[in-house]
Amino acid sequence: MSEAKAATMDSVWHGGASPYAIGSKKFGMWLFIISDALTFSALLMAYTYVRLATPEWPKPFHFSPSIIFSSIMTFCLLSSSLTMVMAVHSMNHGNRKATVGWILATIVGGLAFVGLHLTEWLNLINNEHITVSGNEWGVPLFGGTFFALTGLHMTHVVIGVIYLGIIAFAVGRGKFKYEDVEVSGLYWHFVDLVWMFIFPLVYLMSAKI
Amino acid sequence: MSDDSEAVEHVGGTTITFSYVWIALLVMTGIEVFLAYEQLPTLIMLTSLLGLSVIKAALIIAYFMHLKFERLSLFLTLFPMLVLCIILMLIVFMPDSVRSLNMRVS
Repeated sequence: MSEAKAATMDSVWHGGASPYAIGSKKFGMWLFIISDALTFSALLMAYTYVRLATPEWPKPFHFSPSIIFSSIMTFCLLSSSLTMVMAVHSMNHGNRKATVGWILATIVGGLAFVGLHLTEWLNLINNEHITVSGNEWGVPLFGGTFFALTGLHMTHVVIGVIYLGIIAFAVGRGKFKYEDVEVSGLYWHFVDLVWMFIFPLVYLMSAKI
Repeated sequence: MSDDSEAVEHVGGTTITFSYVWIALLVMTGIEVFLAYEQLPTLIMLTSLLGLSVIKAALIIAYFMHLKFERLSLFLTLFPMLVLCIILMLIVFMPDSVRSLNMRVS
């Protein structure tokens, strides 16, 4: 192992055992994140495309509840990112108990996000009569792109909650290492990051004034 | 890669740095919500909202995702191609959306 470490100390361009000086799990997660970022970029672009090409784009997001809810959802995700950083920080210092606590706090933030988001969806479906294929504005593409984009993001959050649950459970039982917690943190921050684009582009740009 | 010891020495931000980043992100979100209710022209609104979002994303990537403290080679492997792909998508597809708006039969 020390020889491998020495190899990484060589010039990066000589192809040491680890030219990026990070583990393969972390590098794998980074590659996944970049490809997932392209998926979300494509979806955001599809949304923006149909929006620009439609003269009367619906603006169904009232200040209350939609904008208030989505702002609180943003707060939940940002705060859960902070608690995730604290989890990684605790794990770095070998404090497994604190790590589990911080990860559980992160999970609570994620669940709050999903709960609020589903309430928001139901509000749109029941009160604004928006479905995947139709609405009162006669712009069916709104529902299609909106639910596809936010639905894929919510799926990521749900998967993240399950992923963090598994990590917390294992860390609590003395399994897994620092890198595993850090890699799950990368995924969680990415989910947060994507929302930083969906929130202004989808919600704020279509706020009903 | 690392050996079995629990506490791996790791260069990175401190708790206080992360709290500052978190506050900065919240403040920028607040500004975004405020901007949404200002009667700005669409292009200016879109530019300012996206600009703030890019700054927020950069903060999250740099500090929360730790990229600021990784080797430059990792950043150079991952991000230039991501930015290039996004710009290509914008250049290739976006002009058509405005064109189809103008071609619409009223």
